[in-house]
Amino acid sequence: MAIDVFSELQPKDLLFLGEAALRTLEISLTAIGIGSVFGVVFGWMMSEGNRFITFIINAILDIFRSVPLIIQLILFDSFISIAGYPLPAFVSGTIVLSVYTAALVANVARGGVEAVPASLRKASRSLGLSYWQDLRYIVWPVGLRAVFPSWIGVALSVVKDSALVSVIGYVELLKASQILITRTQDTFVILTIAGLFYFALSYPISKASDYIERRWNQ
Amino acid sequence: MIEIKNLKKSFDDLQVLKGIDLTVNNGEVLSVIGSSGSGKSTLLYCINALEPIDSGSILVDGTSVHDKATDVNKLRQKIGMVFQQFNMFPHLTAQENVALAPRKVKKMSKKDAMDLAARQLEHVGLGEKLDSYPSALSGGQQQRVAIARALAMEPSYMLFDEATSALDPELVGEVEDTMRMLAKEGMTMILVTHEINFARDVSDRIAFFHQGRMEEINTPEQLINHPASEHTAKFLSNVR
Repeated sequence: MAIDVFSELQPKDLLFLGEAALRTLEISLTAIGIGSVFGVVFGWMMSEGNRFITFIINAILDIFRSVPLIIQLILFDSFISIAGYPLPAFVSGTIVLSVYTAALVANVARGGVEAVPASLRKASRSLGLSYWQDLRYIVWPVGLRAVFPSWIGVALSVVKDSALVSVIGYVELLKASQILITRTQDTFVILTIAGLFYFALSYPISKASDYIERRWNQ
Repeated sequence: MIEIKNLKKSFDDLQVLKGIDLTVNNGEVLSVIGSSGSGKSTLLYCINALEPIDSGSILVDGTSVHDKATDVNKLRQKIGMVFQQFNMFPHLTAQENVALAPRKVKKMSKKDAMDLAARQLEHVGLGEKLDSYPSALSGGQQQRVAIARALAMEPSYMLFDEATSALDPELVGEVEDTMRMLAKEGMTMILVTHEINFARDVSDRIAFFHQGRMEEINTPEQLINHPASEHTAKFLSNVR
């Protein structure tokens, strides 16, 4: 009697993939949330700060934008391990993904702030609004709405790019698929299912953004 | 009272105001005319501290506008300003546009601010448009919202920077009527304008600016019919 090392795809494997999809969602949303807050702050600093500040921030963010994410993940994860402070894969993955998101969002947010006409800001200041009130009630609502579609684009790509966190051992959707493929050798079916899960995560985001944009445009 | 003394202001190498002395009394309507680049709009921005000045002084009710110790956010509540571009906040309805500053700057309750906004919009003839977004309003209506928005802060002074020059000709009248109404109500106003006929009707005095200097200031009758300066005469003959 031969021992079969491979086994068929089972219903519980679907549950396994589903849980992994939730982890993809979790790490993506965390990184999008943290990265967007920092990105907006960097974008604001670049649009308002002096040339020196803009240059420095831009140079730093350029590193994170141009070095492939997979290299950033491995370098960061190895570095903190060598330094003696190993972190769980979720934490180091979230840190790298957040910084990457912030670098992308910074440019988007900068474009948004700069899209607000100077005369609109003069008008709000002329009513007695302080600099911060102008930023809070006029510049960000108007500017960030203008670049909302670009921000959604960044968010969707972060959901997909989060697959790279699998290289440091975080069992998200792609890693889970690889585990199942190794066991079942059923590459085609499993990757199709994984693809459908990614689609199921992204589609609501882009639908919701369409809906929000339509409401704003009314 | 607005007192301007020896005001000088440059943008980079270009001196746009070359020593302006001017006093505007309470209840007075002053129009400022002159060709583009004569510094008349810059004067308004300086009065509202939206532009820094090089030297001289501007006193509004005795408060020095460009003194570092002056709280400009408080000072600006006294001085309403209406711009050539209407500058309505595009993400807010007409009523929210008007209510924003009373709520956030004067800390009024939302209800009080919205009530005040409704009254101000009715005052400028837009009681029907409270819930309209700027994109659904004509230029003339947007400019009247901008006037209502400034009035909601109950300013003592109103500055109008070419308030009708971005409007289609058929919409100029409604905005001018609103400004006339304010003048009748005794508002102290400074109008930068190209509409000489309107300036003559509504103003107590007209000042003519030429290349950063105030060339002449007089009653509308005198300045338009008997200009003392040849630059004034030339300008008036060109615009008519």
